[in-house]
Amino acid sequence: MIELTGIERDFAVGDETVHALSQVSLSLPDGDYVSVMGPSGSGKSTLLNVLGLLDRPNAGSYRLDGVETTDLPEERRAALRRNHIGFVFQAFHLVPRLSAADNIGLPMVLAGVAPDARKARVHEVLESLDLLDRAHHRPDQLSGGQRQRVAIGRAIVMQPGVLLADEPTGNLDQHAGGEVVGLLERLNDAGITLIVVTHDPVIGRRARRRIRMVDGQIESDKSGDAHT
Amino acid sequence: MRTPDLISFALRSLSGARTRTLLMLLAMSIGVASVVLLTALGEGARRYVVGEFAQLGTHLLIMLPGRSETTGGAPPLLGATPRDLTLDDAMALLRERSILRVAPLTVGNAPVSHGSREREVTVIGATADFFPIRHLTIGSGKGLPALDPGRGANVVVIGSGLRRELFGGQRALGQWVRIDDRRFRVIGILGEGGESLGQNLDDMAVIPVASAQVVFDTPSLFRVLIQARGEDDIERAKKAAREIIRERHDGEDDVTIISQDALLSTFDKILGALTYTVGGIAAISLVVAGILIMNVMLVAVSQRVAEIGLLKALGAPERQVLRLFLVESVMLAAAGAALGVLIAAAGILALREVFPTFPIAAPLWATPAAVGVAIVTGLVFGVLPARRAARLDPVRALSGR
Repeated sequence: MIELTGIERDFAVGDETVHALSQVSLSLPDGDYVSVMGPSGSGKSTLLNVLGLLDRPNAGSYRLDGVETTDLPEERRAALRRNHIGFVFQAFHLVPRLSAADNIGLPMVLAGVAPDARKARVHEVLESLDLLDRAHHRPDQLSGGQRQRVAIGRAIVMQPGVLLADEPTGNLDQHAGGEVVGLLERLNDAGITLIVVTHDPVIGRRARRRIRMVDGQIESDKSGDAHT
Repeated sequence: MRTPDLISFALRSLSGARTRTLLMLLAMSIGVASVVLLTALGEGARRYVVGEFAQLGTHLLIMLPGRSETTGGAPPLLGATPRDLTLDDAMALLRERSILRVAPLTVGNAPVSHGSREREVTVIGATADFFPIRHLTIGSGKGLPALDPGRGANVVVIGSGLRRELFGGQRALGQWVRIDDRRFRVIGILGEGGESLGQNLDDMAVIPVASAQVVFDTPSLFRVLIQARGEDDIERAKKAAREIIRERHDGEDDVTIISQDALLSTFDKILGALTYTVGGIAAISLVVAGILIMNVMLVAVSQRVAEIGLLKALGAPERQVLRLFLVESVMLAAAGAALGVLIAAAGILALREVFPTFPIAAPLWATPAAVGVAIVTGLVFGVLPARRAARLDPVRALSGR
């Protein structure tokens, strides 16, 4: 459960202050499927960073599963990120020298999970992503769609409750993009809260709940089962 | 993060940037190798000098006629020629309990011949005690007989080099040689002694001191070697020897006594300090290598901005990112140090091959100190890049701004 109340995020650009987010309040129940759309500079990426605990709001309250996160020390926020939030990026951000399996296992390595448990879980994830035959390939030996699937595998390996995807299909062709969206929706069907930031109206329309942002504010927040 | 994972992660990022890693290893290994090699050279010099002195004999005092110190009194009216040091003077020293052995010496150059072969060599007039005092070994035959020092005998102990030159492959023991028109029977041959403070022991002949005084036609001694009973007796022996000679020379303090141990410990100190100094100078190259590590790690951090952002997004706190980069620089420094130790060991072996008589060896402290300094350098100079990495804002890092 994600609860945002009166979130403000300001950036100083030269002498001016830019309000990237102003008075954003939002409540997302577990298992929700939300798309965030809007023009460039509308604050949708900042919203995603705040939701992912990468960025700290200047004011307002953000409760994640009932825990107030805005005044937590950095160490605790990192722990929350590790255990509750998965990120999928437009540029994949795979570590080039690590194999697909090792990229997927990386969050567990950082969390200090024992090698045996790690191996079993990575195998499970690879299997569910249909990437077993690519396990030992490095990112430069994989296609774009495969890379994004590896990145999704990395995002879900710690079994987080929330999956944040920033333009997940931005660097992919239509076919691979469709596959990736399908995979994300399957994960959502299995219970994960899915938040997708996108420019692509086709993908945005697929979400059950569609948020449109303009100038750092939520302009519209529509629900309706468009997920077909 | 588990330690093995930490190490393997750092290893993989190091092997991912091969050229960079190799260059840094090279810099660090040169630094460590130069510290170890240079201190090994210094230590070699120290050992060489100490060894040479030890070869002269232990607990040794050397008495020379004449004073080397000035006393500052009025200039002597009746001339200041020192009194000769005689055999009786030398033998009188044995009265003192702290003196174990005394060897009166007369030294000169004389032609030594056998048949048609002749060589001009150093002839030493000595007594039987000369051999144990100077740690000389007899290769074959025997040393000088223990006669009354005042009596001569026509016997000679020759160095192995001289033996070769005079006798070639023939038997030398029992043969007669001529030293300056006097005949001496060869009764012993010195062991292969090599060199001692530049003096070639292989090319000398030792005859009884009384015979030498006749050969060189002098009643005076060149030197008296005095061996004290033990380390603690050296000072007493020195004082007593001076006293005895003063008594015999009508109250004139006209000999100089050099304590070999004092000389030795001075050399030991000087060369020890030199070794530390050279090591310290070489350590500067370690610091240079450290600065190189810092530079290269800073480049690595800026090249891996996106990765650092990712690690943070995946839940790595600042401390963990800091540790990752620190481990990388320390591992680099440690690997470089290990390589440097190997290079130094190879260098020392090679130098030993080229200069077999020079006792080159790294002092015990040098290797651990060099490796320690290298690792500390890696740690210290790794802090700045690691902190820069740890403090990166993940949002900016991931967006590539």
